[in-house]
Amino acid sequence: MEFLTDLYRTMVRIRAFEEHAAECFTKGMLAGNIHLSIGQEGAEAGAFAAIQPQDYFTSTHRGHGHVIARGGDPKRAMAELFGKRTGYCKGKGGSMHIADMAKMNHLGANGIVGAGQCISAGSALASKIKGDDAVTVGCFGDSSTNEGSFHESLNMAATWHLPLVWFIENNCYGVSTEIHRVTNTPDLATRAAAYNVPYAVVDGTDAVAVYEAMQTAMEHARSGKGPYVVEAKVYRYQGHYCGDPAVYRPATYMEEALANDAIEKMGKKLMDLGVKAEELEAIKAEAAAEMDEAVKFADESPYPDPSEVTDDMYTADNERCVAR
Amino acid sequence: MSKKKITVSKAIREGLHEEMLRDENMFIMGEDMAVMGNVFAITTGFLDEFGPNRVIDTPISEEGFMGMAVGAAMRGMHPCVELMYDDFVTECADPLFNQAAKLKYMSGGQCSIPLVLRMPMGSGRRNAGQHSQSLEGMVCHFPGLKVVAPCSAEDAKGLIKSAMRDPDPVVVFEHKLLYAKKEEIPEEEYLTPIGKANVKREGKDLTIITWSREVNFAMEAAEKLAAEGIDVEVLDLRTLVPVDWDAIRASVSKTHNVIIVSEEVKRGSYAGELSAEISEELFDELDSPVERVCGLNIVSPFSPVLEDQNFPHPDDIVKAVKRVLNK
Repeated sequence: MEFLTDLYRTMVRIRAFEEHAAECFTKGMLAGNIHLSIGQEGAEAGAFAAIQPQDYFTSTHRGHGHVIARGGDPKRAMAELFGKRTGYCKGKGGSMHIADMAKMNHLGANGIVGAGQCISAGSALASKIKGDDAVTVGCFGDSSTNEGSFHESLNMAATWHLPLVWFIENNCYGVSTEIHRVTNTPDLATRAAAYNVPYAVVDGTDAVAVYEAMQTAMEHARSGKGPYVVEAKVYRYQGHYCGDPAVYRPATYMEEALANDAIEKMGKKLMDLGVKAEELEAIKAEAAAEMDEAVKFADESPYPDPSEVTDDMYTADNERCVAR
Repeated sequence: MSKKKITVSKAIREGLHEEMLRDENMFIMGEDMAVMGNVFAITTGFLDEFGPNRVIDTPISEEGFMGMAVGAAMRGMHPCVELMYDDFVTECADPLFNQAAKLKYMSGGQCSIPLVLRMPMGSGRRNAGQHSQSLEGMVCHFPGLKVVAPCSAEDAKGLIKSAMRDPDPVVVFEHKLLYAKKEEIPEEEYLTPIGKANVKREGKDLTIITWSREVNFAMEAAEKLAAEGIDVEVLDLRTLVPVDWDAIRASVSKTHNVIIVSEEVKRGSYAGELSAEISEELFDELDSPVERVCGLNIVSPFSPVLEDQNFPHPDDIVKAVKRVLNK
């Protein structure tokens, strides 16, 4: 029961973070673009419940939920979205590039679709060479399974038995393109079979099912048997980016999505087990208050000083450059 | 300091071998690096000595293994990756240019990417348009990469050792036609610093700025010119990024005339970047326009007769120097 409540809280916190970020974006408080994972919370909460503290992970442009599920600090995450100095990357990365090597073992969200596949496999290679106990989890979406990097790095990881788990959140859309219009397999994880890698396909709106599949995957990878691929079928409530009206989707997509809402389903399950509606409301109110604080922190934080523009570059060869 | 005579490829092998012994986090990864010991015999015997965890034969998956090297480097390993030819850098453009070069900055300095990428480059081996390029200009474009291009056995060994110890990604351009060249190097262990050019020959009339194999051609040209009473300085950059600007400034301020020699396609070349920088920064020192002596703006041809038209030879350098000096 406590475990289910924790999953519920994580899902609610992810949605609260995303809804707060969306509101800030709409108000013009954020520059650039943000990509929200509203509708994918069940998959994210379930998957990260199976990941141990010593494990590593990579993320994507739609990666805020992974940070929350991993126990990251919503204040620093929100500040990064705002481009503030207090953000995870001092404002140099933004929404698509949150990383936290020190505390979360977060090897970075990435703006290049599929880039985390090779990086996660490389992290798993490092674990094999070092002989440590960490598994690396590469999180990515449906469309990146069509990148060459998927096939190149999975082949190597399988051949060398690397401690790697890939977690695919399949929301069926790459920007506007429905995955089956450009992909000839009903499921995506089945491609793992081509490399003799075991896989599972699960309902990503069922956090417990995702957790169980990921537990199996993590145990497999940790025991030296090589990689494992888990595909969670999810819905992307918003368009590709915040503000995308998603006119390319049939109306039935959202009807189906809302009928399968992971948070609603878990709430119902908890109430069936005797949790009171007020307790669930309290979790929601707590999450909303936490994200209010995160927005306040981000909004009030200072921007980087313009003089910081060349900090963290490898080579200080800008003495002769004048940017403007 | 006592010296020994050794080929450039053996010198690189020695450098890698010493670093493998010194640094347990270092590993070597690439096509045909382990069982075969590399197509240019750079890693012969390494597999037996260091084992399959540290000397890794990869499939022909350049994006895959380059990206994995980035991930391993983020975890504190020191990968030394080889691309069989620099032409294949297009196959791993994303992990090199978008990941290795950028992740330190984009993460706000949370990680460094201490990897080395070795890339055999250059014309003259009759390998046609997809195995003969000099892509320094493209690689130097991306902020975050350090780039070196040695011309001698001594520098090839000293720079590969410095590259392995550098906290940031270093791309090493090795000219294929230098591998078999035998030269003297010190017996004792040494490092060649990244970011320091080398005045190969002092002179007062004109500076030839160059790197890699063209340094040798520039030296030949300098001897021919000396016989005619023209005294040129040859500045071997050794490191392209970060470039040794102090050395360039000192030489140009002395000779007041410059040509830049490289094997690159002239359009969009690193030679062009250097020419622009010198013109912007040292205009008052110049007695003549900066001239580039580069390859043609064509695909590298196969036929020996045609390929020889496509990179600067000593006589081309001699002609360019005389043209610039009106002699």
